[in-house]
Amino acid sequence: MADDQAPGFDTLAVHAGGAPDPATGARQTPIYQTTSFVFDDADHAAALFNLQQPGFIYSRLTNPTVSVLEERIAALEGGVGATATASGHAAQILALFPLMSPGAEVIASKKLYGGSLNQMGHSYRKFGWNAVFVEPEAPANFRRAVTDKTRAIFIENLANPGGVIVDVEAVADIAHEAGVPLIVDSTMATPYLSKPIDWGADIVVHSTTKFLSGNGSAVGGVVVDGARFDWLTHRDKYPSLAQPAPEYHGLTFAETFGELAYTVYGHAVGLRDLGASQSPMNAWITLQGIETLGLRMQRHCDNALTVARFLESHPQVAWVSYAGLESSPFQAQARKYMPAGAGSVFTFGVTGGYDMGIKVVEGVELFSHLANIGDTRSLIIHPASTTHRQLTEEQLVAAGAGPDVIRLSIGIETVDDIIADLDRALTAAA
Amino acid sequence: MNHDAYTDDFLRDLLGGTRTVAMVGASANWNRPSYFVMKYLQQKGFRVIPVNPREAGKEILGETVHAELKDVPDPVDMVDVFRNSEAAGAITDEAIAIGAKSVWMQIGVRNDEAAARAEDAGLKVVMNRCPKIEYSRLHGELSWGGFNSRVISSKRRKL
Repeated sequence: MADDQAPGFDTLAVHAGGAPDPATGARQTPIYQTTSFVFDDADHAAALFNLQQPGFIYSRLTNPTVSVLEERIAALEGGVGATATASGHAAQILALFPLMSPGAEVIASKKLYGGSLNQMGHSYRKFGWNAVFVEPEAPANFRRAVTDKTRAIFIENLANPGGVIVDVEAVADIAHEAGVPLIVDSTMATPYLSKPIDWGADIVVHSTTKFLSGNGSAVGGVVVDGARFDWLTHRDKYPSLAQPAPEYHGLTFAETFGELAYTVYGHAVGLRDLGASQSPMNAWITLQGIETLGLRMQRHCDNALTVARFLESHPQVAWVSYAGLESSPFQAQARKYMPAGAGSVFTFGVTGGYDMGIKVVEGVELFSHLANIGDTRSLIIHPASTTHRQLTEEQLVAAGAGPDVIRLSIGIETVDDIIADLDRALTAAA
Repeated sequence: MNHDAYTDDFLRDLLGGTRTVAMVGASANWNRPSYFVMKYLQQKGFRVIPVNPREAGKEILGETVHAELKDVPDPVDMVDVFRNSEAAGAITDEAIAIGAKSVWMQIGVRNDEAAARAEDAGLKVVMNRCPKIEYSRLHGELSWGGFNSRVISSKRRKL
């Protein structure tokens, strides 16, 4: 395209990274379903292994189909580069891997997806990583938790499932005062609704399984680097990036690769050693989804607002927590950070508590009762009895997943049908 | 000339019109950035002549190292500066003196006064960029590592 015109969001969603295949002219991105790539000669192989030349070695590290997905999401987020992973959970580990070491701390929002709370609160300890959880509504809580062991702050900008919108700009300022990067899980927002890097975030992670893929077909994740954080000014804190790497004969990633360093490390060390790479097939399916991200997200948000308003006036509904509603304490944040809509995932409380919650999820017909969000299909779940059941009662309430809570992920079906299905189930459960 | 943002066409023309690069501050140490850039540019068909007084007379990647730009016996299209911003001033003046067509200052290197002198003398100037990154970005190779090339095109790229 012409140099003087930056491409718009929907153009990037269709085109970024996806030029015609140079070998065949294939217009759609080919699925390079291969484990390995031949070397021209020993010198070529050596240059690839030394990271001196771009190229493909083995699909655990990089793959031509997966790299199209990486470039597309990096472009949509306004990042410099991206690393695709096998799942959103793999993306979270991969994002922290270059920053953490035994004894290091990550300050994380208490209002993360329940699976993330589990991963960080329990499994990270096996690596010697300590997650310190704080309430995210008041950004100052993050500042109070900073210690000399802090290596990152981790938040969801739009929390799953509580309908909480975190003040990304304020938390980014706190992170940078503390000399650590801010990592934002933007799965629920997608770059269509909000681009955390524009608000000061350093790194963005996604479960691409959700809205990016969009059809509930492929599990995947991605880590995007905005490349604003200067690792070299914090050399002591980030030895993996800013000190000589013994495994690469003393190469210092941040010196040799500059703003590409974090993403090079993500592939050359992160994926190489953790092995949680995304498959070419899943990357291709996710690319198909991203082409229509803008169209789908707008419909998701419009439907969600209509359904939330309906529920707010329903006699069997005690409350609705959706940042797009006038009643939400987060509506001002929603207008600032997500003017096109507050996403399509939200919670509401039934008047009859735990038992009624179970009756409603079992009583719907159009909604699918399952543990996912961000599908074209409308989804429903009762977190206390499913996704969040490993949490304590206190954690359940803190995560916005108390006994009366039902989580919806509103799809792109005809909105009248979505409303009719919920109305029927709520009335029957009363 | 806006040195905060270069158009892709400007960079393509500059790189496309370059055959011989004199690399000032070239290192013989294989894991230094200059070595990576030299090796990459050689693979892409550029001739790269290393300039570094501490290595003068030795060879880096098959090319003899010269102490100063004026010692380079062959015509030079581009002078690639792997030195700090202050040192880039005198190097730019030498680049003008030897008749180079362009001066390229690496990431973190910027000297606007020197750039103005070079442009007045008819040279093209790029600052705070890396030719390896820009070449690989414009030719699709940077994308292989998951990077945002910012290139949108439905034309088939030549291999």
